[in-house]
Amino acid sequence: MISHPTAAELSEAVAAFDAEPAVPGDARQAFLARVADNARATLAREAEYGARLEAEAVARLTALLGQTGDFATLNAGLCEALKTGAIDPLEPALLAHLRATAIGQIAIDQPTYGGLAALLDGGGRGG
Amino acid sequence: MDVAAALDHLAPRLSPTATRAINARRLSGGASLETWAFDLDDGTPLILRRRPDGAAMRETALPLASEAALIRAADAAGAPTPSVVQVCAPEDGLGEAYVMRRLEGETLGRRIVRDEAFAAVRPGLARRCGQVLARIHAVPTEGLPPLATSDARGELARYEAIYRELGARRPILEAAFRWLEAIAPPPPERPVLVHGDFRNGNLMIHPTGGLVGVLDWELAHLGDSAEDLGWICVNSWRFGAWKKPVGGFGDYDDLLDGHGGGITLDRVRFWQALGSLKWGVMCLMMYQSFATGADRSIERAMIGRRTSETEIDLVALMEAA
Repeated sequence: MISHPTAAELSEAVAAFDAEPAVPGDARQAFLARVADNARATLAREAEYGARLEAEAVARLTALLGQTGDFATLNAGLCEALKTGAIDPLEPALLAHLRATAIGQIAIDQPTYGGLAALLDGGGRGG
Repeated sequence: MDVAAALDHLAPRLSPTATRAINARRLSGGASLETWAFDLDDGTPLILRRRPDGAAMRETALPLASEAALIRAADAAGAPTPSVVQVCAPEDGLGEAYVMRRLEGETLGRRIVRDEAFAAVRPGLARRCGQVLARIHAVPTEGLPPLATSDARGELARYEAIYRELGARRPILEAAFRWLEAIAPPPPERPVLVHGDFRNGNLMIHPTGGLVGVLDWELAHLGDSAEDLGWICVNSWRFGAWKKPVGGFGDYDDLLDGHGGGITLDRVRFWQALGSLKWGVMCLMMYQSFATGADRSIERAMIGRRTSETEIDLVALMEAA
């Protein structure tokens, strides 16, 4: 599950913003309204493909770690293995998982972010 | 506090031909510092930077008098800055504050990397950034106000401690900490004045004059000159122009040549990657103020979802390593 913030926290923050009385001409509120629109779009994308991306991540993590469990358990296991040095940060199998994870997450959070095109392009020394 | 009235009172000391301050207006800005734009009645355009009454200082931010002293030192070394006109005294009634010249130009990265108005200056901007940074890095450090000193390993350890404290489980950030720890360059033999936040947003760009002012010195410190060169290459400040690594407007070679050629691309790319990692941790920190209830705005919630932009950039950098 995606956290920091979770979808539930985002929904709550959007609802709190929507409940505020509108102040015409207020620049700060106009800015926050755009942020709220972005949040709604993010929530819609997460509802559409969040579950599929998590299932794919579980399959990759199961193969990478040789363990079974739910996403939170496997993901925490991977973090621990990286922290202790059990998995090298540049190991190709790890990087393949991290690449897929990053692409899935940006597709929900910020699909127009330039870093996605850069990664798909091969990045390399150009970026 | 009536800022406009206090500025009016101060006006004759800001310019010999002025009697009043007019058009005082608060510009949008952070909670830790206020920025006001105003004019003198002789036409002088000015900016006031002040700490709001009772505002707590960010742990790493400098006192405003130190910030003003650094701007003056950089100015003397030939770097473009908004000249400091007056550092305010308690009797001026503005609290901790200083006044500087207001420069003409644009700070919004989205416009600088894309608008036709800046097409003529964009090709020379990366080299100019390198030249300006070289001047800042050449500022004699004796006589500067007290500044913290940092290096690559120290910064990594500081941000890893913050990340652990937050309790997030982000494998890409975990991998990046270990990767960067393994390749961190040693501290520079002689720490230099580092601006600390040299990127789109803090650079005043004029459509014909190019880089006319380096703003926002509150994160300045002593350290590795490559830190400033790497920070402006972080993809988060390229505003979609990802093929131009320097601020979305230029190439590495121009930045490095402009600086004088003494810094390797590898060292800059290390600091660029550490910059992405730091910005990722900062996004999580800002989200945390939503989670703890300190700031329940939608902005603070959503910024947590910008962590993934730094993750995708870090994966690209690790693949290229």
